[in-house]
Amino acid sequence: MSSIDVKTIRKDFPILSTMVHDKPLVYLDNAATTQKPNSVIDLMNEYMHNHNANVHRGIHLLSEKSTEGYETARVKVANFFNASQPEEIIFTKGTTESINLVAHAWGRKFIGKGDIIILSEMEHHSNLVPWQLLTKSVGAELKFVEMNEDATLNLENLRELVSDKRAKLVALSYASNVLGNVNPVKELIKIAHSENVPVLLDGAQAAPHHKIDFADIDCDFFACSAHKMLGPTGIGIMYAKMGILEDMDPFLGGGEMILEVGLHESTYKEPPHKFEAGTPNYIEAIGFGAAIDYLNEVGMDTIHDHEANLSKYAIGELEKLGDVAIYGPAEGRAGIISFNIGSAHPHDVAQLLDGDGVAVRAGHHCAQPLMKWLKVSSTSRASFYLYNTEAEVDVFVESLGKIKEMFN
Amino acid sequence: MSLDLLYREVILDHYKNPRNRGKLDSPTVKFDGHNPLCGDTVTLHLKTDGDKITDVRFQGEGCSISLASISMMTDKIKGLSTSEVKDLIENFRAMMKGEENGEIDMGELEVLQGVKQFPARIKCALLGWDTLKQSLAKLDE
Repeated sequence: MSSIDVKTIRKDFPILSTMVHDKPLVYLDNAATTQKPNSVIDLMNEYMHNHNANVHRGIHLLSEKSTEGYETARVKVANFFNASQPEEIIFTKGTTESINLVAHAWGRKFIGKGDIIILSEMEHHSNLVPWQLLTKSVGAELKFVEMNEDATLNLENLRELVSDKRAKLVALSYASNVLGNVNPVKELIKIAHSENVPVLLDGAQAAPHHKIDFADIDCDFFACSAHKMLGPTGIGIMYAKMGILEDMDPFLGGGEMILEVGLHESTYKEPPHKFEAGTPNYIEAIGFGAAIDYLNEVGMDTIHDHEANLSKYAIGELEKLGDVAIYGPAEGRAGIISFNIGSAHPHDVAQLLDGDGVAVRAGHHCAQPLMKWLKVSSTSRASFYLYNTEAEVDVFVESLGKIKEMFN
Repeated sequence: MSLDLLYREVILDHYKNPRNRGKLDSPTVKFDGHNPLCGDTVTLHLKTDGDKITDVRFQGEGCSISLASISMMTDKIKGLSTSEVKDLIENFRAMMKGEENGEIDMGELEVLQGVKQFPARIKCALLGWDTLKQSLAKLDE
């Protein structure tokens, strides 16, 4: 395994040389969104400058070029996650839309009165609210996998929940956006599949950080967003196994997704186009493809190890400060650290860190049920990516030390 | 833009030692306010005698800006009439928007002037005041 060359990597990200309040930017808000390398920015510009035309429409050169770029991006994504065919990758505007797509196009068809959808208390609102809307509308019920004291999922409890004949779907986050723990998805999926219950993974916080192999983990649905993995905003994917996609109803109706349209009836294209009504965000999809090329070049294992090392280093330094509460399990953590320090409120922590050029997130992180479980109203969160350094962690911790003093 | 403008000593003092924190046994009105941005919640307890606010308490957690603002607010409104309080609320809101301040002497609350330079924090400073406004509306019902 090659070690990471952060110095060279940082040169690829123009924003990293920005000054914030006259201090060098220390960007530790990667779980919210990541920065973009030149290769992504340049390729999107190149398409807008030279090749822009709507996809799957014109019989002219530019449209062909644009369509080719869009479909090549789909192949890149399929290969990145080892999907069995590119047609299983549906482009959406992001994780939230992807999960809503499944709730509408699959859920409304296959989930009925009295059925059960199994979630956990650590879900981001985007993997909770769509299911609340669905269950309310069809008369189904939500159940939640219990969490162990160390904030891991209770697998025995999952086993019990899926054994109920009314259980129709398990929808869980692959990695928590607050706790940073990576759930044992392969095991979770095995348990659900033993009762023939399909599994949806919210992969928004997992896809950027380590190698994911759909064939190996055997998930039925998977959602993630490009902007959390060096790509642009406005693009993400919904993956489902082809057999499932074929059974699903369309999501949005309109152009691009139809075969033939009459006044009262229409027929639809095969997946993936059946689920991509209207002009897709093709420039963004092409940018996503470039982001995947970049990640592949560095190597997902290298990225994972770098983040794990940074997390370990940061937790060690934070513990030296004292009076710091760090949430989430000690082991198996992605590059996310949620914490509270002394009596300082996260909003004050984030504001004062910003004064030193350090960007972190503060609040409930769109996971209010989890905040309740943790018995806090909010936390501060530092999240790392391939371009962060130990020197940046030092700036962050030194600034926190001053904040702790101020509120003492 | 200096953070010293925001984190004044008096603000930190109110944060560390909030005034009028707690609850009233039989409040005339009790109202919950939420800041959806951070999940902070405050509950305001008001006791009135006729048109006059005779006592006030608050419960809840918040950042230094929201707690200092609500702590100073409770000090300021005790003993005022509800119509005086309504003017005060509007004056404070105007101050946060950077609009011309009226004739009202805001006293200690003036230290919150600095907040208006940090747009993301204006909601924090207003949390207690918005809750107060809604409490008075409930009183009027």
